[in-house]
Amino acid sequence: MKSICFYFQVHQPFRLRPYKFFEIGKRHNYYDDVQNAWLCRRIADKCYLPANATFLNLIHKYGQQVRIAYSITGTAMEQFARYTPEVIDSFKRLVDTGCVELLGETYMHSLAALKSKEEFREQVKMHSDLMKEVFGVTPRVFRNTELIYSDGIGRIVHDLGFKGQLMEGAKQVLGWRSPNFVYEHRDKNGLRLLMKNFRLSDDIAFRFSQQSWSEWPLTADKFADWIHELQDTECVNLFMDYETFGEHQWKETGIFDFLNAMPEEIFKKGDINFLTPGEIITTYQPKEPIACEYPVSWADEERDLSAWLGNDLQDDAFEQIYSLEQQVKATGNEDLISVWRHLQTSDNFYYMCTKWFSDGDVHKYFNHYNTPYEAYINYMNILSDFRLTLN
Amino acid sequence: MKVLMFGWEFPPHISGGLGTACYRMTEALVKRNVNILFVVPKKYQDTAQNGSHIIGADCTDVHIGDIDKTKEIFKTVQQSLNLSFIQVNSLLVPYIGQRDYYNITNRSFEELKGHYARDFHNSVSMYRRFDFSGGYTENLMEEVDKYAVVAAQIAKENDFDVIHCHDWLTYKAGIIAKQISGKPLIVHVHATEYDRSGENVNSRVYDIEKAGMDNADRIVTVSNYTKRIAVKRYFQPADKITTVYNGIDYGGNMLQKKKNPFNKKIVTFLGRVTFQKGPDYFIEAADKVLKKDKNIIFVIAGSGDMLNRMVALVARKRISQNFFFTGFLRNKEVDEMFAMSDVYVMPSVSEPFGISPLEAMRDGVPTIISKQSGVSEIVSYALKVDFWDIDAMADAIYGLTHYKALSNMIVANAGREIRKITWDKAAEELEQIYSKLC
Repeated sequence: MKSICFYFQVHQPFRLRPYKFFEIGKRHNYYDDVQNAWLCRRIADKCYLPANATFLNLIHKYGQQVRIAYSITGTAMEQFARYTPEVIDSFKRLVDTGCVELLGETYMHSLAALKSKEEFREQVKMHSDLMKEVFGVTPRVFRNTELIYSDGIGRIVHDLGFKGQLMEGAKQVLGWRSPNFVYEHRDKNGLRLLMKNFRLSDDIAFRFSQQSWSEWPLTADKFADWIHELQDTECVNLFMDYETFGEHQWKETGIFDFLNAMPEEIFKKGDINFLTPGEIITTYQPKEPIACEYPVSWADEERDLSAWLGNDLQDDAFEQIYSLEQQVKATGNEDLISVWRHLQTSDNFYYMCTKWFSDGDVHKYFNHYNTPYEAYINYMNILSDFRLTLN
Repeated sequence: MKVLMFGWEFPPHISGGLGTACYRMTEALVKRNVNILFVVPKKYQDTAQNGSHIIGADCTDVHIGDIDKTKEIFKTVQQSLNLSFIQVNSLLVPYIGQRDYYNITNRSFEELKGHYARDFHNSVSMYRRFDFSGGYTENLMEEVDKYAVVAAQIAKENDFDVIHCHDWLTYKAGIIAKQISGKPLIVHVHATEYDRSGENVNSRVYDIEKAGMDNADRIVTVSNYTKRIAVKRYFQPADKITTVYNGIDYGGNMLQKKKNPFNKKIVTFLGRVTFQKGPDYFIEAADKVLKKDKNIIFVIAGSGDMLNRMVALVARKRISQNFFFTGFLRNKEVDEMFAMSDVYVMPSVSEPFGISPLEAMRDGVPTIISKQSGVSEIVSYALKVDFWDIDAMADAIYGLTHYKALSNMIVANAGREIRKITWDKAAEELEQIYSKLC
């Protein structure tokens, strides 16, 4: 028997509005409400609602055999509550079936793990509390922003009581080893590690509609064959953005038909089931401890942090937002702390990325700024206004 | 006195200071009863009125045969000048349908002439109009040539005593107009290729500039600084050149000072963010000042091809808490920026004149200017530094932001000083030049 582990990332950042120098000290609303509302509505209609309906149908049809996992960021939840509350309701219905596991993550989809242990812990706790409050469940398995993982991050996550963590099956970490097993933290502290199978994940997430791909069109029976034929495999971890369904891969590509047909094709094989991350780590024993000194992520060809940090713009902005931590927290002012936290959302640094040549296309797709420089200037203007308010 | 003047822009459709300068200059000339025929590439419905007669090159009919004549004239000129005049052939954009346009663009000029000659007998007009963007697009060189073709027509149709053209874009037009009319030519140098590009000059632009100066009966420069460039780089005899400084409109009232939200002093760079304007020296100086005093805010207001690099430089130096970029500013925002500013810096690497420090002085902002500027020849109450001397620049910034006596004295005297720098004075000097030539 081998298991497919489906995990979907649900995230929407609060996009910042164009904020001019002359507004500093005068206006303190930073979000582009119109754009956020419009995008949230669009993605809800194109992806979240139809994809949730698809999975709910599959669960009704196949019962408890269908197992999937989500992590939903706090910033996404806030925007759903404000703009598309029916999305939260449909997630609730999914969670209520018992077939769905919710994973932990940072509330703000932030990079706090790389800078401030304390802030990271608080944001993880905020997120767990939110999941408890809205869905009545407490996450037991963790996924950090963009699957960023290192030994150090794993230690904090373990401290926080999580039993497992998702990470990228990056070559620089796995080496010759297969992502299709459970691993564990190098300290053997009990934290289990699930490795994303990036080839099979990306076949769905990126290549599904790529007509130049030799395997196009990808059908459910072909995909089931591939899984069936995998040797030396315990789990196949298919981790991807939820927006794959209907947004990155439009409905017209047949992505929903692919999903609909998948369980039947999988069950036909007889030797494959679906499990959630929490079930995977109790079903399979860890093969080996994994050492990961430097952070890896699921982004770009490099699988490192260079989409968010590394150029002068990103590093400067990143240092500055976190340099305010003590001062912000000392105020005890909930509003100020909340604004400061929202500015930590990793997308803000992603927009400042200057790696335009290899993965630039993907970056550009998600970017509402014309240039990374514009993104930086806008962010710093807002940060300056925030600093004035703080003082 | 009637002057045929060639310019490239006129308010409100301006991208730099040239359009404004032309407007104020002609306004002052008209006041002195000089008749101005002012040719722009593109005339807009809202092109400003100041008593000059504005002619749009895009509204002028050109006889198809004249295009050829213009070419002939230019051939005689170009032999000695290393100038090309080849582009007009492919650029006929008359008011015709798409299919005709396709036909035209796929034929040689000779063929084309025949085509239209036949059309002429079928009572289709032999007169053509050219399209102009009137801007600074990638087709600039083509537009410059088209403009010259139209200039020939205008020179033929109108009476005037002297030709006066502003900057290299219009020099070819000026040369043609002179050839056709036999009237004296004045080229007015507001900037040279050496100002814009340093040592890496675009030789096509240089050639046009040099041809303009060579063919001119009189060269007018906006400063002695530019005069020296004309002598040294374009090999013009010094006695052929007269310096006429630009003017500045004295608004009467000083801008109401505005408090800024930072409660810190603001030091402003306002202008295009390009090599010529020296924004990198401004940042280096700011870095030095900020090491001494964090209570100063620096602003780069403007846009340009060096902007991104400057943003990255500020990020790299980790001075972004005290450094802001506003992007391009509109008129009202420029006023707002000046009203917030405690010091204005113009660190230009090469500035033929430099109107904006005068505007800052008018608005009561103490000013630091580079010695490599024309304006530094006519103002005393501004601190002057070499553009490359970032230590001196930092000292000057520190001094003006910390020593009230210094900044007060400069502001009070600068306000008085700039009232003498007027367009009326410039117009008077220009009229003298016209009279001597006619």
